[in-house]
Amino acid sequence: MSSETQKILTTDGIPLEESLKKAEKKNKLKAFLLVCPLLLFLIITYVFPIGDMLFRSIDDRMVTNMLPKTYKAMEKWDGKDLPDEEVFEAFYLDYKKLVEEKTFGKLATQLNYEKNGFKSILKKLKRKMKKFEEGNYKEQIMGVHKRWANVEYWRALKRRAPAYSYSKYLKGVDMYENENGKIVQVPEDRRVHKILWVRTVEVAFFVTVLCFLMAYPIAHLLATLPMKYSNLLMICVLLPFWTSLLVRTASWMILLQQQGIVNDFFVWIGLVSDENRPEMMYNKTGTYVAMTQILLPFMVLPLYSVMKTISPSLMRAGKSLGGTPFVAFWKVYFPLTIPGIGAGCLLVFILAIGYYITPALVGGASGTLISNQIAFHMKSTLDWSFASAMGLMLLTGVLAIYWVYNKLVGVDNIKLG
Amino acid sequence: MALPKYTEPHYRVWHYFYLFICTCVFFFLIAPLFVIFPLSFNAEEFLVFSDGMKRLDPDAFSLRWYKDMIYGTKNPWGLAAKNSFIIALFATLGSVILGTVAALGLSSRHMPYKGIIMAALISPMIVPLIISGVAIFFFMAKVGLAATHTGIVLAHIVLGTPFVVITVTATLSGFDHSVTRAAASLGSDPVNTFMKITLPLILPGVISGGLFAFVTSFDEVVVVLFLAGLDNTTIPIQMWTGLREQLSPTILAVATCLIILSTLILVTAELLRRRSERIRGINR
Repeated sequence: MSSETQKILTTDGIPLEESLKKAEKKNKLKAFLLVCPLLLFLIITYVFPIGDMLFRSIDDRMVTNMLPKTYKAMEKWDGKDLPDEEVFEAFYLDYKKLVEEKTFGKLATQLNYEKNGFKSILKKLKRKMKKFEEGNYKEQIMGVHKRWANVEYWRALKRRAPAYSYSKYLKGVDMYENENGKIVQVPEDRRVHKILWVRTVEVAFFVTVLCFLMAYPIAHLLATLPMKYSNLLMICVLLPFWTSLLVRTASWMILLQQQGIVNDFFVWIGLVSDENRPEMMYNKTGTYVAMTQILLPFMVLPLYSVMKTISPSLMRAGKSLGGTPFVAFWKVYFPLTIPGIGAGCLLVFILAIGYYITPALVGGASGTLISNQIAFHMKSTLDWSFASAMGLMLLTGVLAIYWVYNKLVGVDNIKLG
Repeated sequence: MALPKYTEPHYRVWHYFYLFICTCVFFFLIAPLFVIFPLSFNAEEFLVFSDGMKRLDPDAFSLRWYKDMIYGTKNPWGLAAKNSFIIALFATLGSVILGTVAALGLSSRHMPYKGIIMAALISPMIVPLIISGVAIFFFMAKVGLAATHTGIVLAHIVLGTPFVVITVTATLSGFDHSVTRAAASLGSDPVNTFMKITLPLILPGVISGGLFAFVTSFDEVVVVLFLAGLDNTTIPIQMWTGLREQLSPTILAVATCLIILSTLILVTAELLRRRSERIRGINR
């Protein structure tokens, strides 16, 4: 007998193995097709926009396209001394065109990001340019303002020549590319972003620690109490969880204000005198207190779901084997809760590091975080490419923690209520 | 939690200390919400308890801020509430449909690359809202949907689906697939099986996911701040503006209404969760 005939055939005469493979493939395709609509929707409205943000953060074509002749003429310039007449003339022609098209304001804003003081000399040039005579533009432009004779400004102009640049990312960590093409830190008194990054991580870290210290005992209580009491207490955790973030922030604004209840209480117990009530809002204290309370449920729920599965007999066994309750807790119970601690801490840290609303409302100047800076550049300075760059730097950090979270906890184990 | 009689004194002390800590934490969690209630009935304009209120003088309490909320001149709350409900309803509908269908696929044991796809589908919940806001704003501006209801609804569907995916896959994890096979063997087509067999069984999970999506949309402020024009103002946007400019007691009246709403949603969600646990219990 040959091996061919030994193969089991289905009623259609196809080998069973093949038929099974076909069916599996079909099932795979079916499952994938079900996920497809959402996946496509997210790719179009979410993944693609984030990619667009990446493009925006490095895209510097605006200035390049505004001054085509200038940059062509600048190719030969070595950047040491003032450029020669050819560059000045090209710049004059480019700028004249921008003034005619009424888009010179955009150029002024962009160049001012590169070097302070550009805006005013460009405006002055615009006014004086009408009376310019043909020829010898170098002399005429340098006559408008002494800064035009300063080679630094021309170097700054040249730095914007490439169509794509990573300068926004450097700016995000308080660095820049200097005249010699070296990457250096900005002067110490202007390192604003580094402070914000450090503060964001610091606040997120301490909020996580505070949440853990508060959540552990109550999660333990909820997991060990009889059902009918724990269900009632669970409402204390779930009601804030379901309540609007703005409502909770508003209640903290009322509590923490100078004439607020917390200060009243401190005065009443004699901790502080009535005249010098401490500022507890519009600073870091406000951010800490409000964020801890708001994120606490996200720590309690994963801890609770892990503690619920730990059998109470384990603690009893530990004690019966001669351990004191503390030893039994530390050696038996605590190690078993580590998965819950990991899940809760990572979740709270991820949420805290990107917090925006609460710091913006109760944080004041000293309690705002990196998100607030991103919003500031989106809404006030309109430096959208810088906002995108900062956003992506934050995103990279968050995705790294998310990856760890996914490895340790698994996203399908996220507990909601 | 009563202690056994033989407990040594210092453990007894420790135990009461532990209960005391727990009480403090519960107080810290829940008490701030209850400050809002009495102050929203304040007869005066200040956000502190007046002397009259401390004496429980009936004249110190009034409904004037609730009246202001409903009948006030140039009142933004009516439009905001209407917009919020419309946006949240459509966003919930979209999230529930897309999320449930995706969860069905994800729960299938044949699903390829399950881990990565699940992580990607949940990511809008993890990525800081400010980043989602900026990205979605650029996108909506490009396709001309900024400052429209449609744009905000689409953005909220993105933010709401992870919750539906999570709750529905959790419900499906205890789902007995032999019932769908039984239906198929009796000649039912897949759509009919889903509508008649699967959906009724996973409905608690679907609804609780929907509640999450609803609350996410109804409470969302960061993305809307970027997307909304004057006509698309929502309740969170109005509250945000109010809290930034001047904290008026009208906001507290609105906040009280929102707390009542969230209590109702919490009760519904809890009842559904218990029901779904019961159903899963029977299936096992």
